This record gives sequence, structure tokens and C-alpha cells, in this order.
Amino acid sequence: MSAYDTLRHFADSWALVLMTIAFVVLTGWAFLPGRRERNDRAAHSIFEQEDKIDG
Amino acid sequence: MDDIVTRSGAWALLAFICIFAAATAVDHAFSVHMVISALAALAAAAYTMNQLGKPEGPSEAALQSHYYDDVIRWGLIATVFWGIVGFLVGIVIASQLTFPLLNLHSEFTTFGRLRPLHTSAVIFAFGGNALIATSFYVVQRTCRARLLAPGLARFVFWGYQLFIILAATGYVMGVTEGREYAEPEWYVDIWLTIVWVAYLAVFVGTIVKRAEPHIYVANWFYLGFIITVAMLHLVNNISLPVSLVGSKSYAAFAGVQDALTQWWYGHNAVGFFLTAGFLGMMYYFVPKQAERPIYSYRLSIVHFWSLIFLYIWAGPHHLHYTALPDWAQTLGMVFSVMLWMPSWGGMINGLMTLNGAWDKIRTDPIIRMMVFALAFYGMSTFEGPMMSIKSVNSLSHYTNWTIGHVHSGALGWNGMITFGAIYYMAPRLWGRERLYSLRMVNWHFWCATLGIVLYASSMWVAGITQGLMWREYGDDGYLVYSFAEVVAALHPYYLIRTVGGLLYFTGAIFMVWNVWMTIRGRLRAEAPLSDAAYDPAKDHPLPQGQQRAANPAMLAAE
Repeated sequence: MSAYDTLRHFADSWALVLMTIAFVVLTGWAFLPGRRERNDRAAHSIFEQEDKIDG
Repeated sequence: MDDIVTRSGAWALLAFICIFAAATAVDHAFSVHMVISALAALAAAAYTMNQLGKPEGPSEAALQSHYYDDVIRWGLIATVFWGIVGFLVGIVIASQLTFPLLNLHSEFTTFGRLRPLHTSAVIFAFGGNALIATSFYVVQRTCRARLLAPGLARFVFWGYQLFIILAATGYVMGVTEGREYAEPEWYVDIWLTIVWVAYLAVFVGTIVKRAEPHIYVANWFYLGFIITVAMLHLVNNISLPVSLVGSKSYAAFAGVQDALTQWWYGHNAVGFFLTAGFLGMMYYFVPKQAERPIYSYRLSIVHFWSLIFLYIWAGPHHLHYTALPDWAQTLGMVFSVMLWMPSWGGMINGLMTLNGAWDKIRTDPIIRMMVFALAFYGMSTFEGPMMSIKSVNSLSHYTNWTIGHVHSGALGWNGMITFGAIYYMAPRLWGRERLYSLRMVNWHFWCATLGIVLYASSMWVAGITQGLMWREYGDDGYLVYSFAEVVAALHPYYLIRTVGGLLYFTGAIFMVWNVWMTIRGRLRAEAPLSDAAYDPAKDHPLPQGQQRAANPAMLAAE
């Protein structure tokens, strides 16, 4: 098999599986039960005082 | 002191090398570019030397409790300036398409040379400066940390302006690699790489020294944009110069591999420069202007990862029905259609941030601009996947429909969210009570909106007209229309498009005036856009004995 075929078959088998797993883990992480409170805090974090402008 | 002299000497040495290169250049354009570079290096040397003998300002350690905003102020002014230049060149080339006489019979002013000037000016000069300025603004505020290495940040700003100047002058002189949205030649590419690495260092360094434990999601989008653009830029521009003192180079790739590399770059420039970067803006400035946290932080994380994982595969949809293998075309199409989901997730996330405060669309023109930007983000990310479907693409490809699509995204989404961010930052950066005029923001909004509507609708009609005329066969089996007949049919739409561009430009002129006056600290005397109702004629006690008639509805209720 040529390098093209080898790479192409790797891409649509193992590489695809690994990418899918990585994607599911990364997005699933946001859905873990303990994340809700942390997400809330992160969403509000931009509203704390920010009076300091320039030096 | 030694340090200052050494740095100044290094700049002077660089200037000397540039002058040497200009003297030995094999083509005229290269020597012009080397002279420009030498002048820039001399300016840097002079600026550095000028620091000698100046009283020492407060040390960096003493300034840690202040944000570094100088470079952001320059960036905001540069964004407005390049915006005007880019829009103006856009109007010029739109007029040239309408009236070819306006090519002016000069090689320097032909459509072919001015068109990349327009695209690069709006994407990289206007959009790029907006991204650099807002990313420095946002990363400091969300990390609660002063920008790392302000000197390096200044280098990023001025280095990027030099890149723009070299690219723009190159196009006019006919220096181009001919790669869509990556036209600058090899030496300009190398310079941009140096600037971009410095940009990455400043941005990541600021995140590393943050005081806030969590990295706010806007920074994820900015970082995704910076890293991916670096990767795209490096791969797409692999080329071999003909001479080390000449402006011409040839790409390392050939044939369909080259085409795919170009569109892998081209589409991801849209995906990561014009989408991910501007979403970074959206995730900070929309919640701040609405004074409400983002609708769902969880959705923003899903939005981020989905965009990152899907966008990178969508490029092949630019090469439907070409020599590209069929599976690659289908892959590009399928991933483009899947992209619709995270895009709309992001749009809904932005719009629903206003949940419970929808009245702000009526009372706050800056919010109105941002909401409009999000609406156009949604519309163009629906239109895009639809156009990537092969059967639709067979009608739309190579027609003005594509131009309409790009501009509904660029004028509607990128332009409007940038204007919103500019209006948000301007009074804060210069320590003003408010913008010079909120009503003027409203005029800007309506001019821009009407302009976009004219632009997108005329190009949509023009594109479908074009696509249908091209594919029209007669009974004899020949094409019904010659190419020139199709061009003639488009004239009225080109005219409408030019008017749309002029309206958009008019709106931007209001912005220039507004921002300029805000910087000068003026406040326009104007009625506020909304206030609670008050009628002084009724604001008095009733005379004795004159009882107010009881409300019959109230009595019935009792």
C-alpha cells in the first residue's frame, strides 16, 4: 500500500476514533455534576470591580 | 543604559541590512519594500535611543496594579482608520465592476490589484487590529493581570502595522503569491510570523500570570484563533523564493494538493480569524454591555470545542466538482453541515444573554448593534452550510451569491460586533463619562443595516441570476447565454451593491466622528434615548373638594 493509502486508512479509523473520544471527553467535562456552580462563578467573574484603567 | 544602546544598535543594524538588500534587489518592488522596512527599523532605533536620559518612569513592579492600555488605545484608533481605508477601497472596486472605466487605464488601479487590497484591509487591517486590541483588553480584565511585557506588546502593534503597509503596497505594485487571503510574498510572511509569535507570547504570558483562577471562555476563543492562525499561516505559505533579494516565490505544493492547502487555509481563516476571534469579542462584550452573565457558560464550552473540532475539516467545500478526490469533497460538505449546530448554539447563547432584558435593544443602540451582529452570525452560518451542499454549490459557486454570503458575514457579523466593542471600549479607555453621542451610534446602526440589506439582497439575486443563466441550455444543446450577456445582466445589481457599500461607509463616518469626539472628551448635548414617562402638567395636588372619580374597574374588583 502506498503512503497515501496507509495515511488515509489511519485517518478514517484510529484517528477518527481518537478524535471522537477527545471531543466527547472535552464537551462531556462541562456536563459533570459538580461543574454547574463553577460555571456560574466563571460566567459572573467578569462583573467584579474593574476600576483600574491605565498606568 | 547599555541595554538601550544595544537595542538601538540592533535596530540600526537591521536598517542597514534592509538598505543593503534594497541596493542589491533584483526587482523594483523588493527594493521599495526594503526601503520601507529600513525606514521602520530606523524609526525603531531612533525611538529606542530617545529613551536615553529620560527620567525613569515608575517601574513595571509598581505598575502591576494598573492595566496596560496604551497599545489598546492605538489599536482602537488603527481599527477605525483601517476600517475607513478598507471600506473605501471596497466602494472603489464595487464601482469598477459597475463602470469598468474606473479602472483608470493604469496598472496600479486595476480591479485585480485593488481587490486583494480591499480584502486584506478589511480582514487583516481592520479585523486584525480589532482582534489584537480587544484580545489585550479582554485578557487583562478577565485575568485580573497587567499585560505581560508591554514592550513586546508595542512591538506586536507596530510590527503588525508594518506588515499591513508591506502587504498593501505590494498588492498595488503587483507583488502577490496569488493565494486567497494570503497574498503577501515570502519575506512579508516571515515578518508576520515573528510578530505573531510575539503576540502569542504576550497573550499566553498574561494568562499564565493571571490572578483569576478560571480562564474565562473569551480567552479560549482568542487563544484558539492565535494558535490556529499561526499553524495555517506556516503551512499555507511554505514556498521557495527565486532570489533572496527578490519578491517572487513559488509554493512548495502543486496541483490539487496546492488547491486543497489554499482552501484549508482560506476557509479556516474564516473559521478561526473571522469566527473564533470575533466570538472571543462576543463572549466578553455582549455580557458586559448587557450587564448580564452569558446565558449558558456550559453551552459556551460546547460551542468552543465543537467549533474547534469541526471547522478545520470544512475547507474542501470550496473545491466541489474539481480534481479533488470525491471523498474529500463529501467530507468538507458533511462537516460544513454539522457546523451549523455549534454556530447556532453560539448565536442562541449570545442572544439569550439578553433574556429578561430585551428592552435594551430598544434603549441601547450598542446592544442593538451586538444583537444584529449575532443575528447575522446566525444567518451567515446557516447560509454557509447550505451553500456547501454539492447540489446548491453547483448553482452558487463562482457567482456573486458567494460574495453576498461573505459580506453578510463580514459586514453583519464581524463589522457590527467590532463597532459594538469599539463603542464599549472608547469611553473606558480614555476615561470618559460616556460616548460623545449615543444617538450617533443609532445613526451608524441604521446606515450600516440598510447598507447590508442592499448589499446582501442584490448579490443574492445577482448570484442566482448568474448561476441560472450559465447553466441554461437550448434545444440545440448549446448554452443559451454568452458570458458577456451574463455580465451585462448583472449591471443593476452591481449598482445597488455600490449604494449599499456607500451606506455602510456613511455609518462608519459617524463612528469616526463619534470616537474622535469621545477621545477629545466632548459630550454631545442630546436627549437620552429613553426615560421613564413624566408629565409636569399633571404633577400637582388636586384642588380641595374636587375628588378624583374612582376608577370603575377598581370598584368592580373590590
